[in-house]
Amino acid sequence: MNTKQLELKAEEIRSSIIEMLVEAGSGHSAGPMGMADVFTALYFDVLNIDPDRPNMPDRDRLVLSCGHICPVLYATLAHRGYFPKKELLTLRKFGTRLQGHPHNLDLPGLETSSGPLGQGLSQACGMAMTAKMDDAKWRTYAILSDGEHDEGQTWEAVMFAGKNKLHNLTAIVDRNNIQIDGFTENVMPLEPFADKYRANNWYVLEVNGNDIDEVLGALRHARAVFEKPTVIIAHTVPGKGVDFMENDYHWHGKTPDNREAEIALRELRTLRGKIKSEHE
Amino acid sequence: MMKYLIPINEDFLRKLAATRDGFGQGLLKLAQKNKEVVGLSGDLVESVRMDAFAKAFPDRYIEMGVAEQNMAGVGAGLALSGKIPFIASYAVFSPGRNWDQIRVSICYSQANVKIVGAHAGISVGPDGATHQALEDVAMMRVLPNLIVVVPADSVEAEKATIAIGEHKGPAYIRLGREKTPVVTKTETPFKLGKALEIISGKDVTVIACGTLVAKAIEAAKKLDGKISVGVINLHTIKPIDIDAIIGAVKQTGAIVTAEEHQIAGGMGSAVAEVLAEHYPVPMVRVGIKDRFGESGNPDVLMSHYGLSADGIIHAIETVLKRKNAR
Repeated sequence: MNTKQLELKAEEIRSSIIEMLVEAGSGHSAGPMGMADVFTALYFDVLNIDPDRPNMPDRDRLVLSCGHICPVLYATLAHRGYFPKKELLTLRKFGTRLQGHPHNLDLPGLETSSGPLGQGLSQACGMAMTAKMDDAKWRTYAILSDGEHDEGQTWEAVMFAGKNKLHNLTAIVDRNNIQIDGFTENVMPLEPFADKYRANNWYVLEVNGNDIDEVLGALRHARAVFEKPTVIIAHTVPGKGVDFMENDYHWHGKTPDNREAEIALRELRTLRGKIKSEHE
Repeated sequence: MMKYLIPINEDFLRKLAATRDGFGQGLLKLAQKNKEVVGLSGDLVESVRMDAFAKAFPDRYIEMGVAEQNMAGVGAGLALSGKIPFIASYAVFSPGRNWDQIRVSICYSQANVKIVGAHAGISVGPDGATHQALEDVAMMRVLPNLIVVVPADSVEAEKATIAIGEHKGPAYIRLGREKTPVVTKTETPFKLGKALEIISGKDVTVIACGTLVAKAIEAAKKLDGKISVGVINLHTIKPIDIDAIIGAVKQTGAIVTAEEHQIAGGMGSAVAEVLAEHYPVPMVRVGIKDRFGESGNPDVLMSHYGLSADGIIHAIETVLKRKNAR
């Protein structure tokens, strides 16, 4: 896929997210919308995966640490062909494979279970260690929120990956600057964020996480770094694509009602039209 | 006269070894057979007896530093990509401070991780209350998908280590620091989930685990000729062997449980749950009675807190009074 096709895919995924959330009536909106471009870049370009063989031994692994943004993972997996798109509307409902927070045993394509923050990077480190011990070529990607860097375990894992020079591990941090109680720098300041990773022997890249070309460039760059694990600090706009959601931390943990969803979907359609016309 | 139902080491008071040593031997044997076995320790490789494994298989040993939460997560990641990790620390730290990681990263995901809680119980001694894990069984046995094993001695610890390594799914094994009587022998049966009836009794059954198994046998011997005491080694606390418990209690009508753990939530509680639902009889639990431990010589502490043959005999007398008053 070229950039425009990827951008269109990301907007389709955003529309699916809005449709899922309004149907579910609970869940998180801002994070999933902000990360649609990163997920699109990973699942439609970077990852060596096969939706027909979700357990293929040499597949790349993607660990979603901040499980609350799972609507973007579910929507991306459905668009990528792991399961029917209509199943997205079962999110959070009784009997669904799309649990409120991801459960690895329920749905093909999920590598781990997550929800309680701070646990994903450790698991990604474990997977990267397996590949290292087995001299295998597959890579591990971990998606983290910025807020979950409040958790001590995240930094235990950061130290561990640095120590073990896990160059087959790439962490992508959704640096959207919001968490439930407000802006990250007010709740618990993370800056100087990149320096903290550097001090723990990581290679740091910073990108506009809503620019697919930049994201792809960084993900490819990370594969060429052989002496250290790489973290891509992806600066994203929470709620990206929907005007009234963007940059408003109140949208971290709530969902649109029917009227708001209608506006959001209309905006996303307009955005797709714009991308298409630029493409032509 | 009492007799043993299975082959045991009858001179057990004179043969001492630590369960952590049995674990170390079991891990080494398992690792020699299966190349996917890996070991992780939180800055305690020698204390938890992972040193022989680490020396034999340096590429399969991972030093975690003092970071038990990360250890549980790295263990989960290794397991979810095909390895069989044993994650080891003192029980007060793991599962003491990484319960959520064990719950979500390991148990919910059914990650094939083996959690090794060493230096458990009050017999850690001089280190004092902070280092005496008396709550770990309670914390672990409420978690779905997890097997919980408390071996009685070093020989059983070796067998249990191999058994949980061969079992596909998460497991917790509890180990002690001190050298304690070795009751079982190589030929003594061991099967996960199957309680080991050592002595058959008519008057009362003592169900024990860990270091208290030897003390239960001691108590039965002391009372021999006066009271017919049955002894069961309930090494697997989860899944619990309901049939063995009900079978024994139907013969004796009275139960004493004995463990080096808080009486709330531990093995005794698990047995009480079984009895309350299936076959209620008078019961007394020997264990730590809702308090923290303290520094001291292990033997002094075990006696002081009633975790001794005499403590068990006292509990037997109490339970028999209740039984006979019915």
